[in-house]
Amino acid sequence: MASTPNLQLPTPDTRGPTATGGTARLGVGVWALGIAIGALLFVMTPRMIALAPYESTMGLVQKIFYYHAPSGITMFLSAFVAGIAGLLYIFKRQPRYDRMCLAASELTVLFGAMVLITGPLWARKAWGVWWDWDARLTSSLLLWMMFVACLLVRRYGGPGGERLGAAIAAFGMVNVPFVYVSVNIWRTLHPKTTVVPSLAPGMRGVFWICTLGFVVLYTLLLTTRARLERQRAMAEDLHLALEERSTQS
Amino acid sequence: MRHFVRAVILAALVLAAGVHAGSAQDRPQAAQDEFVPVSELPQTEQLPAAPLVIAAYSVFWLLPFVYLWTLQRRMAAVDRELSDLRQRLGGARDH
Repeated sequence: MASTPNLQLPTPDTRGPTATGGTARLGVGVWALGIAIGALLFVMTPRMIALAPYESTMGLVQKIFYYHAPSGITMFLSAFVAGIAGLLYIFKRQPRYDRMCLAASELTVLFGAMVLITGPLWARKAWGVWWDWDARLTSSLLLWMMFVACLLVRRYGGPGGERLGAAIAAFGMVNVPFVYVSVNIWRTLHPKTTVVPSLAPGMRGVFWICTLGFVVLYTLLLTTRARLERQRAMAEDLHLALEERSTQS
Repeated sequence: MRHFVRAVILAALVLAAGVHAGSAQDRPQAAQDEFVPVSELPQTEQLPAAPLVIAAYSVFWLLPFVYLWTLQRRMAAVDRELSDLRQRLGGARDH
């Protein structure tokens, strides 16, 4: 006896309130929050950074730190989110973890690109070279490349690419603590981890406000990117339902 | 005994020289022997910092906005696909 095909069409409501018809575009609230964060990051913080005291040896170029380090922290955070979501997907096989892993991996690459572009701009003046193959810089580049690999596997890996991508994200997450402590273990040109806790009061507040802005921006981008994946999953379900209908008729 | 006194004096002199060199390093070097034009400074010291800071700041403007723009485009494409699919499924239901 042939099994009866499931004719239950996927409805937008099953995927949450954001997936209702016509809401695939970014919502008004998201845009408002984005503008608020934009105002904080790009209008207010430059003024605060300009008013922050100059570092004694590096002078003006050290002010790149207020964007470079927060984007590094956000990259680490994103790698953790991707890795944990990847592990949860491997063990529980729930598509929402896969979507979160993909979204966080993409953002790790984005924030990693910020770190890897702005770092050399700072290094050129402070060290006299654009790049040095020391432990921190090399391990950061490797971390970034792991997440690029994760995205490539997801896109071109075919069936099973999700699980492989999740495993790569988990490996990327494991790499994060090594990248963080690399400056303390190996001899490197890069400032050590003690720099942030020992920041002068005039620098500390600016740094943490920038970090907060980056984390909020990251959260906003992550939820929006995960929403896009939900919409895509819904479109796939609708394609399947349409195929079933055409086969049946 | 004489050797010991000599050794102590020598050690004191070496120590004093070290301390003097250390304190001299702490102070910025004044141009006492010769004046060096700024154009002859090492390249790292000639490089102005402002363009680098502006370039870094531009990266933080540009990358998130480009990403947000691509995200918006992808979401709009999926939205169009979803409306199209719903229309087709609605038509299929009518049949």
